[in-house]
Amino acid sequence: MDLESLSQTGGEWLRGTGPESDIVMSSRIRLARNLAQYPFPNRASDSVRAEVEALLRSQIEQKPAGRTLDYIRVDQLETLDRQFLVERQLISRELSEGHGRRGVGVSAGESISLMVNEEDHLRMQVLRSGLALDDCWQEINAIDDAIEAEVNYAFSEKLGYLTACPTNVGTGIRVSVLLHLPALVLTKEIQKVFQALQKIGLAVRGLYGEGSQAMGDFYQVSNQATLGKSEEEIIATIKDVIPNILNYERRGRTALVKDNRRGLHDQVSRAYGNLKHAQTISSEETMHLLSSVRLGINLELVDDIDVATVNELFIHTQPAHLQKLRHERLESAERNVIRAAYIRQQLNQERPSEN
Amino acid sequence: MKKCGRCSKPAVLHITEIRDGDVQALHLCESCAKDYLNPTQAESEESPVEAPASVKAQLSDTTSEADEQVCPSCGITFKEFRSQGRLGCAHDYVAFQDELLPLLENIHGEVQHVGKVPKRAPDASQFQFRLVKLRNRLKTAVDDELYEEAARLRDEIQQLESQMGSKPSE
Repeated sequence: MDLESLSQTGGEWLRGTGPESDIVMSSRIRLARNLAQYPFPNRASDSVRAEVEALLRSQIEQKPAGRTLDYIRVDQLETLDRQFLVERQLISRELSEGHGRRGVGVSAGESISLMVNEEDHLRMQVLRSGLALDDCWQEINAIDDAIEAEVNYAFSEKLGYLTACPTNVGTGIRVSVLLHLPALVLTKEIQKVFQALQKIGLAVRGLYGEGSQAMGDFYQVSNQATLGKSEEEIIATIKDVIPNILNYERRGRTALVKDNRRGLHDQVSRAYGNLKHAQTISSEETMHLLSSVRLGINLELVDDIDVATVNELFIHTQPAHLQKLRHERLESAERNVIRAAYIRQQLNQERPSEN
Repeated sequence: MKKCGRCSKPAVLHITEIRDGDVQALHLCESCAKDYLNPTQAESEESPVEAPASVKAQLSDTTSEADEQVCPSCGITFKEFRSQGRLGCAHDYVAFQDELLPLLENIHGEVQHVGKVPKRAPDASQFQFRLVKLRNRLKTAVDDELYEEAARLRDEIQQLESQMGSKPSE
């Protein structure tokens, strides 16, 4: 796969389509699997890692469940390219920063990524735009079945799929939904939502998963427990709770418009104006302003830009993406100038839709 | 078994905390331990995103007699697992079973898998799993007073059990 051409496009999951896509940016399901006959990656020698990598790579190249995947040897990439794949949500930071032979199989639309030699031998993920957990599950389950028919997964009758970290054992499933919750942040109601979610055993994280800060009012809601419940039950828990959060957020949005439509319209328009005209801008400010504009689009306070453009800007204005676009390494101050120029170019041109 | 220091349930987590030279031993049950490790943070506005209680956090403060145990398959000691939070191989789940089961119960609230089973798993265990799953659903149905559903599940379980009985063992 050519990373240069990737940097010109956006993944399918950024299209801003699918159910509830005004709030639900994306749905994701990942499965953790290990091969029974090898130690887990953190305990594997270089030669064992290489063997695991070769074995799983050949599975990925055999088009599991008919899916064509491009395979990238992550250990052969430069730091910048690895960071680029992290920003794009195609690999985890763990895979990027790991060592030894490791790789990732990626589908053309970037909705499937199969990581080899991450924390576990195989980490499979399927992403979809909007709220589409059933689709994610069907697809990842089919891929899992196809690979399972060829390899021997580490599995116990009592504990299910065995994983390097006991937090993933059982189903090895992480079901997550990426939500854009600007109104709940503005009204400071978000804390209550977190507490309610924690009470029912769900975790809330930032855009880039574990330990990451919430950027641009994006929050990832996911299951914590993986053992003792079936995959369908875990998915149902998330599916049941999401409508409540969407309701809260929509209620918050309605209240914001009702209480102070002019103030909100002003804030959104200023954010849009700053993005269109800034000459230098940090990643943080970009996220913050884009979040306002995204809210504005959904409330029909801004109408000459589509949500997909904003979704893409969240990803494409990050450091490694900018450096890929310019084909050079840039210091932070230079990046802020390039970022501002890139945003101006994206927002000020009549952009025909890429899809 | 020791009792929880905050309520009367059995303690599952044993923490030795050293703060400013003071040593304090805490024995907590599952729910009090959760509260202890994840204090509610209504006041702290700065970091709204809370990382889940990691295995490391749950383990690093405890001392364990099992530290010296070694997995015969991958050679990891229980102490190494405690400091890294990662196991070395699938066999660790057997080698450290006594230590891991309470931990798993702490994390997941359950210690029996009821999800997907590899299609390659032998028929007998497939049956076992379906049974476990059905019994689980039966329990939920009874709890929710869905008696029609419960009766249906009971029939299904009996049918499966008789099927298993009639099947020659492999």
